[in-house]
Amino acid sequence: MRSYPPEIVAEAVLNGLLTGAVYGLVALGLTLVYGVLHIINFAHGALLTLAMYGAFVAWSVFGLDPYVAILPLVPIFFALGYGVQRFVIGPASRGDDSNILLVTLGLSIVLENGLLAIFRSDTLSVQVPYAMEVVELGPMLLGFPRVVGFGVAFLVALVLFVVLGMTDTGRAIRAVAKERTGAALVGIDVRHVYAVTFGIGTACLAVAACLLLPFFYVNPRVGNAFVLVAFTIVVLGGMGSVPGALLGGLFIGVVESLSGLYFGESLGQIGIFLIFILVLLFRPTGLFGAKA
Amino acid sequence: MPTATKPAGHAAIPPGTGGASRRGLLLGAAGALAAPRLLGAQPAPVRLGILQPVTGALAQDGEYGRLGAELAINEINAAGGIRALGGAQIQMVFGDARSNPEGGTAEVERMQGEGVVAVVGGFASPICLAASQAASRYDLPYIVDVGVSDQIVSRGLRNTFRFGPGFGAVTRAALDNLVTLNNAAGRPARTVVVVHEDGLFGSGMARLMGNELPSRGFEILETISHPTPARDMSNIALRIRALNPDLIIPSSYYAEFVLLSRTLQQRRIRPKGIYCVLNGAASNFRFVREFPDAANLVMDVNHWADPRKPKTAELRRQVEATNRFWLYNTPLNYSAVMLVVDALERAGRADRVALIEALAATGPGFDRHIMPYGPTRFVNGQNQSAQAVNTQVQDNDIRVIFPADFADARPVFPWPT
Repeated sequence: MRSYPPEIVAEAVLNGLLTGAVYGLVALGLTLVYGVLHIINFAHGALLTLAMYGAFVAWSVFGLDPYVAILPLVPIFFALGYGVQRFVIGPASRGDDSNILLVTLGLSIVLENGLLAIFRSDTLSVQVPYAMEVVELGPMLLGFPRVVGFGVAFLVALVLFVVLGMTDTGRAIRAVAKERTGAALVGIDVRHVYAVTFGIGTACLAVAACLLLPFFYVNPRVGNAFVLVAFTIVVLGGMGSVPGALLGGLFIGVVESLSGLYFGESLGQIGIFLIFILVLLFRPTGLFGAKA
Repeated sequence: MPTATKPAGHAAIPPGTGGASRRGLLLGAAGALAAPRLLGAQPAPVRLGILQPVTGALAQDGEYGRLGAELAINEINAAGGIRALGGAQIQMVFGDARSNPEGGTAEVERMQGEGVVAVVGGFASPICLAASQAASRYDLPYIVDVGVSDQIVSRGLRNTFRFGPGFGAVTRAALDNLVTLNNAAGRPARTVVVVHEDGLFGSGMARLMGNELPSRGFEILETISHPTPARDMSNIALRIRALNPDLIIPSSYYAEFVLLSRTLQQRRIRPKGIYCVLNGAASNFRFVREFPDAANLVMDVNHWADPRKPKTAELRRQVEATNRFWLYNTPLNYSAVMLVVDALERAGRADRVALIEALAATGPGFDRHIMPYGPTRFVNGQNQSAQAVNTQVQDNDIRVIFPADFADARPVFPWPT
């Protein structure tokens, strides 16, 4: 193992935090859907890919900067997520959770191949003037789009925290998450809450997509690169926990960054999955998960 | 099936079909009589199979390969077809290899059924290996367009020809030219960091560099691997900054190399040079157009058309006029189709065995290709004069800097600070 000067290690940690915040945002949608609907959404990666193409089209066709594209894409993807849950996943599941796994898996295959047919397998990226800007922090250089990603991811988590904690919709979502039957008995429209939750999860992906695009690329398989990490984060942070997803994302980001620095990017990936297994073995509820 | 019970070799024609086939025969005869007067004795077209992956992961390469073949076929047909066959037109039978070997073999079987005289293309080594093997069962000539695996021409298949260079020739040239380049500049580069994707291609290249570079006077500071797809290149950039090498040698696919070079640019890491071998992006105009600053002065050892031939410039204008990029797949496939045309002219008939013999006998007289190769000579199906060239991105263009015979620019090395 090579030793590095402290400023390099510090920069690796900061890089990890910046990237981890966006991972956390991807995981946020996943954990929310799990916490309320108790399903694992296998279409999460494909929906992220779809959102990234959405941001790409907004840029290439309508000339919208990816950060500006957040404004139209969030309502569009909320509506999409709402519709998918209300009219596809919900009816197809017929109340059986194992059906849902297959439906979301099928949805991901349809989405990926649909995108392949439309956009072909080319790797596309956007060119924005600030892509190469850096934020100088002493000797450290932090990519500007990553710093923006970090800030916006935190903002989204904060908004979500407030919505869940203080609004009627948030209270309804939490009620359904805790006790579905009870919530239905007091007059909460469970199907509506399910669809809203799925919509929020998908809207989070739209934000993540717009944050990723200035420094990443998009092709029909790109979502898979993030969704596996997101699963690990959800397990680590505790299934269904919003702060857990964000802190889990930051933690995984740092682990990935440091193990990448010391063991190489190929071997460094092991660190993430080692954590996955260790958490499942010794703390299956995750860091912030409620006791089952 | 009424015929199934009849003994083998029975001549009787089942009732229902007899009339139809007789009528077909009469129509055919009438057509044959009428045709010479109507069309001026137009000979039967020659069917040529073009195999490319136009769906799946390799779709971009396949599209540009097909484009090259189409340009060559259109050019021949517009100029009066194949003279030795009375001006026969070439008819393209296209097959999509779907980015995998199974797709490639299935399409070769179909093309065989449609009576093609040869198959050109394949792009990726695994597709070329499988498709040429399938074609060999029918003595069907197979001309590899890109596939660099040296296994392709070492299996003793008589039908398989490769006009372009193989992996061994490319890497040898890459190492030799690197030494020449460095010596000519006064040996500014001594230390190297190798960055490679951790699959078969990148790891093989990294191993080769590890074996060969030290004996040529370079010290490898570190070999860094990354997965495909890679989410982030920040850490690789950090390590490179800590190691501060003179030279970076990357072997990655398109997306990862673009990510790496942009991250290096953003973190203001400027080595004395970036020297790629068979890189997915460094000889790709999409990269040069979209990220001119990150691409500037990157060197690559790869397939590239001969910049001094007027035909090259003409084809490039045609391709760019349709809003497409000038990639090496296009000139390689154009040249491979021209190779078949040249052999057909010499064979004098559209016969597979005669065509194989004519292909094998291709000599220095073949001058319709646009690759930077010496006089053509095939040994065991491999064109001995095929070579890769060193390219460098200069002034938003991809220029040839080595070998000197074909160069249209001088190398900028070491990079100006």
